[in-house]
Amino acid sequence: MAFDEMYTAEGEIRPAYVGVAKWMAAVAPEQLERRRAEAELLYRRGGITFAVYGDTQGEERIIPHDIVPRVLSSDEWSRLAKGLEQRVRALNMFLADIYGPRNVLKAGIVPEDLIWRNPAFRPEMVGLRVPHGIFVHIAGIDIVRIDANEFYVLEDNARTPSGVSYMLGGREISIRLMSDLFATHRVAPIENYPDQLLDTLRSVAPRGANGDPVVALLTPGQFNSAYYEHSFLADKMGVELVEGRDLFVRDEVVYMRTTEGPRRVDVIYRRIDDDFLDPLTFRQDSALGVPGLFSAYAAGNVTLANAIGTGAADDKDIYSYVPEIIRFLLSEEPILKNVPTWRCREPKDLGYVLDHLAELVVKEVHGSGGYGMLVGPQASREEIATFAARVKARPEGYIAQPTLALSTCPTFVESGVAPRHVDLRPFVLSGANGIRIVPGGLTRVALRQGSLVVNSSQGGGTKDTWVIEC
Amino acid sequence: MLSRTADSLYWLSRYVERADYLARVLDTATRLSSLPAAYAGTGNEWESALITAGCLEAFEEVYDVPTAETVTEFLVSSNRNPSSIRRCLEIARFNARAVRTALTAEMWETINGAWLELQGFKTKSLLSTDLPRFLDWVKEVSLRVDGSGHRTMLRNDAYWFSRLGIYIERAESTARILDVKYHFLLPDQSPVGGGLDYTQWTAILRAVSAATSYHWVYRESLKPWLVADLLILKEQMPRSLAACYGNIVANLDRLAEAYGRKGPSQRLARTIQTRLVNNRIENIFQAGLHEFVSDFIRDNAAVGDAIGKQYLA
Amino acid sequence: MRINIQHQITCAFDSPIPSLIQILRLTPRTYDGQFVRRWQIDVDIDAVLKAREDSFGNITHVLTLAGPFTELTIAVDGEVETQDTHGVVAGAQEPFPTRLYLRETPLTHPGAGLAAFAQDIAGEGSLLDRLHALLIGIHERVDVDTAATKAPAMSTAAEAFVLRRGVCQDLAHIFIACARSLGIPARYISGYMFGDADESRRDASHGWAEAFVDGLGWVGFDAANCICATDAYVRVSVGLDYFGAAPIRAVHNGAAAERRTIAVAVGAASVGQAQEQHQT
Repeated sequence: MAFDEMYTAEGEIRPAYVGVAKWMAAVAPEQLERRRAEAELLYRRGGITFAVYGDTQGEERIIPHDIVPRVLSSDEWSRLAKGLEQRVRALNMFLADIYGPRNVLKAGIVPEDLIWRNPAFRPEMVGLRVPHGIFVHIAGIDIVRIDANEFYVLEDNARTPSGVSYMLGGREISIRLMSDLFATHRVAPIENYPDQLLDTLRSVAPRGANGDPVVALLTPGQFNSAYYEHSFLADKMGVELVEGRDLFVRDEVVYMRTTEGPRRVDVIYRRIDDDFLDPLTFRQDSALGVPGLFSAYAAGNVTLANAIGTGAADDKDIYSYVPEIIRFLLSEEPILKNVPTWRCREPKDLGYVLDHLAELVVKEVHGSGGYGMLVGPQASREEIATFAARVKARPEGYIAQPTLALSTCPTFVESGVAPRHVDLRPFVLSGANGIRIVPGGLTRVALRQGSLVVNSSQGGGTKDTWVIEC
Repeated sequence: MLSRTADSLYWLSRYVERADYLARVLDTATRLSSLPAAYAGTGNEWESALITAGCLEAFEEVYDVPTAETVTEFLVSSNRNPSSIRRCLEIARFNARAVRTALTAEMWETINGAWLELQGFKTKSLLSTDLPRFLDWVKEVSLRVDGSGHRTMLRNDAYWFSRLGIYIERAESTARILDVKYHFLLPDQSPVGGGLDYTQWTAILRAVSAATSYHWVYRESLKPWLVADLLILKEQMPRSLAACYGNIVANLDRLAEAYGRKGPSQRLARTIQTRLVNNRIENIFQAGLHEFVSDFIRDNAAVGDAIGKQYLA
Repeated sequence: MRINIQHQITCAFDSPIPSLIQILRLTPRTYDGQFVRRWQIDVDIDAVLKAREDSFGNITHVLTLAGPFTELTIAVDGEVETQDTHGVVAGAQEPFPTRLYLRETPLTHPGAGLAAFAQDIAGEGSLLDRLHALLIGIHERVDVDTAATKAPAMSTAAEAFVLRRGVCQDLAHIFIACARSLGIPARYISGYMFGDADESRRDASHGWAEAFVDGLGWVGFDAANCICATDAYVRVSVGLDYFGAAPIRAVHNGAAAERRTIAVAVGAASVGQAQEQHQT
């Protein structure tokens, strides 16, 4: 039985949800349906859409937004926030270490091959100094909850985590469509996220930049699944939304082409993967990037956020070492727990995993978006057999975790309001002036009954997340 | 602002304006082709519509004979026409999406809304029973886009580039109509007041939505040289070449002032404007209406190129 | 051996291009077996050439040019003194642990075919024996294309292996892929080779592989010529594959078609007596 965030096992309402429960009892189902439809219309008209990978039609879909908020008490949040800050601090120090002195490897905390042979590790970055030693300026840490006391980190996202526009959009929906409920709570504000992001980005400008650094957001373009988010954030920050072809490099300085001639760019919030950033250094065939960008970066004339090669800190293999990394680099005990993880590349673990596939969740080390994973308890015998063969053929490509009973929250579905599994992705900003986290984050909900997969590409939805005083 | 942003704003406007123009061309052709030959002439109105739309060649690669069905299909929805009305609106929306941050919410919602509505028109019925409703809808969309831009956009370079797109496209459209129909406007071509010519003059005026304006400006029955005068030189008429160039020059000047720099596009546009302001229709007829229009089309394209080179690349 | 190198690279474009940016890895470094006496890169258009060192220890130049222009020539002129070390490289910059060179890259992904071939051909001997077996096996199996119009390596090791023919880059990639699949660190070397008698091979720019042998260090293997690197080889740059070590990295934009002609002259001024020792 999964932990329900609204009801105790005895059927009593937890303090944070008292207001929501009262409201739910009072509101008619038709009214809920009408609000849900209105919310959808707002998204659709605003073009708040995403494209699905592998969908050749290029169709634009919207992520279903569930209007019932997910509520966390401020006590719960402050515990969580401390843990998040510690974790992101550690990830940054870890990256500075593997691209620098390599103490973590020398001390044997992390096996060397996990770095040297990791495709997300970028040898080009070794020895390169990044401003203020910050690699991960924007992190999305996926958190799950399985009981009243513990939050677990499910996954670190240190490359180009997305979803923050849905977090902010969801709040907009709450304010506009759920004003009756919203007004009865003291919800911690999140609307300042774009400002904080801009502050963070400006704080890491290269030394050569003048007092008013120019920031731009680099997008792969409007066919990217997260394009809406890119344009939304650029707009809210008041910075240019640029594509690779809008930028060029001359004498190790990056410029953008404007109607008034070239303009120097100091900080690039890039939402393009490492591989595509610069065809002169990374993938030769990339048409999305900026030729010579890496040379400008290496010369210290432009800051990239996130830095190149941050993926070496967030794959699912490295994940399993993060608690050890925290102890070693920070000399602190990890505040947030890791989900127990079996590393298939270790023979002992592999044996266990193959024997227990039906109970475990098996994931690709470098997969994301809920693709390429096996949820044992929900898989057919054939699926398990096929997956077992894949794992055996390339064990180093997989890890396994127990099937967690993710916590549930009340969610508006066809049959009315019912509990559905949720996770949480808070966004953690690291700049020269410290770490900032807006209270809450993006709650993702698995809309299908019993489903544990919350990814938007796999039928997941979103919820507004409220951190309240109670 | 980013050159690409300016480019998208400019083309966004041009494509919406083009869709509007194509709707009018189709409207006119439908009207003329439904008249007896004595009024409409024996020429193929559908072929003439293709020439006015500037896509006869593209058409001929796909179809043999211009008929009501083939031309309508081609101009409205054909995938093989890179600037069918449907494509125009799709491209406009594509450009809008590329520069969402430069648009106001109202403008984005207008264009995105139009694009969503466009999905609601089924190609089949659109080419038959729904055609008049569709053409009206297209004209309405251009009004909405134009209006939302006018009412909500900041008066800065983004606005000026989007306006430039409208007027360059519009000048080209009006000039194209004149280019195709100029022979009806020559004074001694055929007996004045003949049914055929009258129909054609009305058609020309309709295509630029000036059938009523004509009478307000001249308070006279239709005279071909006055139709030409209205379309070329009358600044009051928003689709006249003079009005378009008044706006082109004004918007280019605002850009030059804001950026503190003039360039070839300002100089070129001003030359064309001077030619229009200091001219009389008699002189144009004397020197040759057709030559005048051909020169204009060439020069207008040159201004478009100059804007592209100076700002959009 | 004292080797003179003149290397001219001409890029011609069908229509004027507004600007150009390239990364050059055209400058050799001095180490135990190789002393760079003089080295110069000239560009026939006003350009800024800034020297840097990449993380693999290669000297790179970023070439930025403002156009418009239709033709550009980069001329390299230098002289290097080499010693025969039986392919063993000593005293070179080694910023990475050798295990880094076990990384797979898209160009050197072995696939099942190459991995099985490597297992089969390498046999059971010492590490050096296995590498030599590999060298001979690849040379026998894959024909070397010496066509004058040599395009930059674009096929992967696995593709070239299936075709059973390729240019020197392809053979180097096959060697690297095989070695790595056997757990032996291997890497790509770009440089020059002084070819004495062979008139058919005018182009002296060359690519080969190095594999790491415990106790010896990095050893050069040239599968195209079926030998270990000698004093006829001038080592210029190191990478995980051709792309990482390429003499020129450029973007091929579709707007203007680019032709590249490479003319290299390598002459042995005199056979060096190896009288000088150059410790670095």
